[in-house]
Amino acid sequence: MSRTRSLCPRSILLACALILSGCQPEEEAEVVEFWAFGSEGEVAHELAGEFERLNPEIRVEVQQIPWSAAHEKLLTAYAGGNLPDVFQLGNTWIAEFAALRALEDVAARFENTGRKGDYFEGPLDVAVVDERMLAVPWYVDTRILFYRRDLLEAAGIASPPRSWEGWFEAMIRVRERHGDFGLFLPIDAWEVPVIFALQQGAALLKDGNRYGDFLHPDFRAAFDFYLRGFREKLTPAEASGQMANLYREFGRGYFAALITGPWNLGEFRRRLPDVDAAWDTAPLPSFDGSYPGISLAGGASLALAAGSTRKEAAWKLIEFLTAPPQQIRLYRLTGDLPPGRTAWSDPVLAGDHKAQSFRRQMDRLLPPPKIPEWERIASRIAAYAEKAARGEMAPSAALEALNDEVDRILEKRRWLLERGR
Amino acid sequence: MRLNPAFWFIAPALALLAMFVFLPVAAALGLSFTDFDIYALADIRRLRFVGLDNYRRLFGDAEFWMALRNTLYFVAVGGPLSVLVSLAAALLVNHRLTPFKGLFRSLLFLPVVTTLVAVAVVWRYLYQPRNGVLNYLLGGFGIGPVDWLGDPDWAMPAIILMAVWKNFGFNMIVFVAGLQSIPESLYEAASIDGAGARQQFFHITLPLLAPTFLFVAVITMIGHFQLFAEPYVMTQGGPSGSTLSIALLMYQQGFRWWNLGYASAIAFVLFGLVLSLTVLAAGLRKLRVAAEEEPEGRSLPKP
Repeated sequence: MSRTRSLCPRSILLACALILSGCQPEEEAEVVEFWAFGSEGEVAHELAGEFERLNPEIRVEVQQIPWSAAHEKLLTAYAGGNLPDVFQLGNTWIAEFAALRALEDVAARFENTGRKGDYFEGPLDVAVVDERMLAVPWYVDTRILFYRRDLLEAAGIASPPRSWEGWFEAMIRVRERHGDFGLFLPIDAWEVPVIFALQQGAALLKDGNRYGDFLHPDFRAAFDFYLRGFREKLTPAEASGQMANLYREFGRGYFAALITGPWNLGEFRRRLPDVDAAWDTAPLPSFDGSYPGISLAGGASLALAAGSTRKEAAWKLIEFLTAPPQQIRLYRLTGDLPPGRTAWSDPVLAGDHKAQSFRRQMDRLLPPPKIPEWERIASRIAAYAEKAARGEMAPSAALEALNDEVDRILEKRRWLLERGR
Repeated sequence: MRLNPAFWFIAPALALLAMFVFLPVAAALGLSFTDFDIYALADIRRLRFVGLDNYRRLFGDAEFWMALRNTLYFVAVGGPLSVLVSLAAALLVNHRLTPFKGLFRSLLFLPVVTTLVAVAVVWRYLYQPRNGVLNYLLGGFGIGPVDWLGDPDWAMPAIILMAVWKNFGFNMIVFVAGLQSIPESLYEAASIDGAGARQQFFHITLPLLAPTFLFVAVITMIGHFQLFAEPYVMTQGGPSGSTLSIALLMYQQGFRWWNLGYASAIAFVLFGLVLSLTVLAAGLRKLRVAAEEEPEGRSLPKP
């Protein structure tokens, strides 16, 4: 979830303006605390400022927190009883904060807005844990293909293949033609093996998320397919942190494609102006002939703290921030993709060919298992996938070790479920 | 009973220590016998007292053994290397023929006071496999490119190299102080007796540096066991866990996954390890001192 974006001078000016305007005391206003992270945090003041103009009786106190510290900060705030009224929550953390009973069920309030039909199913589903809606999707973060059209065309491939088999053939042809790599899959990340598994129909966990299901033939098939790229040297055995300058390597054609998220739309445009016409985006291919293939429903949502004493005012803020006009505004300010259909029909997004690949992907999104242990399990998937990709462990041994370890991680969950706590 | 007035002078400091060191340590020891985790944080009734289970699980945890192996590798290779480099540097900057001693001392001490994160970022550029300076220089000798931080076999040596460069300055200063406390007259006497530079080094410098040596060795060992920041910034424990240290594992378990019970158990195992090795080192030193003093009959009569 970490992203590096330089602070634009506009936001600095804005911050100064806000500090100055903050000098006028606003009495009798109800104060709502709001925490936002990373680049969303940078623009939160601006978004909240408009909310305050429309709702003069409410004042929003924004705190900006870097993504790298956000998770720890929220947990310690919870432990100290200091959670803000409204906070941004990475989608994979919702189940964790649900287990902490820190989130207010917003299903009824959300129903009243009448916007439910506007949302894509994938992002909306993410916010529902154990049949309770615990947050409202703010923006979507998913993974699709970014590829060099010129390199594929030079290898005789006119349009991006719609199946993984086709991609592997394309990658082999790119290598024959260029000598460099076809696809960059970071060797230490869990997203791609998990996407392959979801596409193969693997459940990842079984018995109500009580045990690992990594020995299932579907997962084995996905895992084997993931390893194939490394085995056949179609993808470099490099970690994401190691690729010192991803953008330059992509511009140079060291690899012809990568699977990455929406923040790179802006980064690629800014950093690779020379090859802007040469690269493009495409939804993920699939194994079963469907198109687009399934991708992960990531991103962040806005949550209402269960312990908040100003829930009405806090909800007003959430309702405002997640409305279609603000979704578009957030896209313009940060490049974060809207979770609702209305926002996508805005000319800014509808006319953007490269962003439209994300729009097509929105129809096929699945969330990873919604349990508090997920991030930990994901890190173990990444660790064993790396060991297998580097040839340190046989794939079947790696999967067995992974399954054992996940069973151990879920032991407490089984104990709690048995006792109905 | 009247307390010694000195007690009241140290009482504030003791109170702070008790509050912010002993109490948390005791609490952590207590935690290590429970399965305190994110569930227990929400509702204390979900906490289980598990006795020694955390420790038992630790000894069956492949990740812990890997972390222990990596840490021992770092201590066993990085520690002596760091001591030797700092001794060599101390001898050089302390030599009477060296000009600008103060300048060299400051320059060699500089890495110690530089922020590690900044240093790590620069070293990551040096280690970059395709465009890094280090591989460019090696290429000049006809050595093929090494994927320093990406190859599981090379990542730990790369971390050791950086850690030695970063930390030797401190030990160097301690050695310089030790060297300067050796009376010049001993060297003069030795050279009159016809001892060469090598003999002077082995028969005067080294034996008289022994206490400094022990101090430096123990401090270095304790520091090296707590290896954390270098892999945390440069590799996050990768590739394939080849730079995962015990302290990094503890951090991940405690603050990333919030398994405070398990993380506390790791902390106490690390503590026990460092404590026993320190006691061992001190014991060796005592044995040696006793053995040296024996022939002169100065040792106390045995009861």
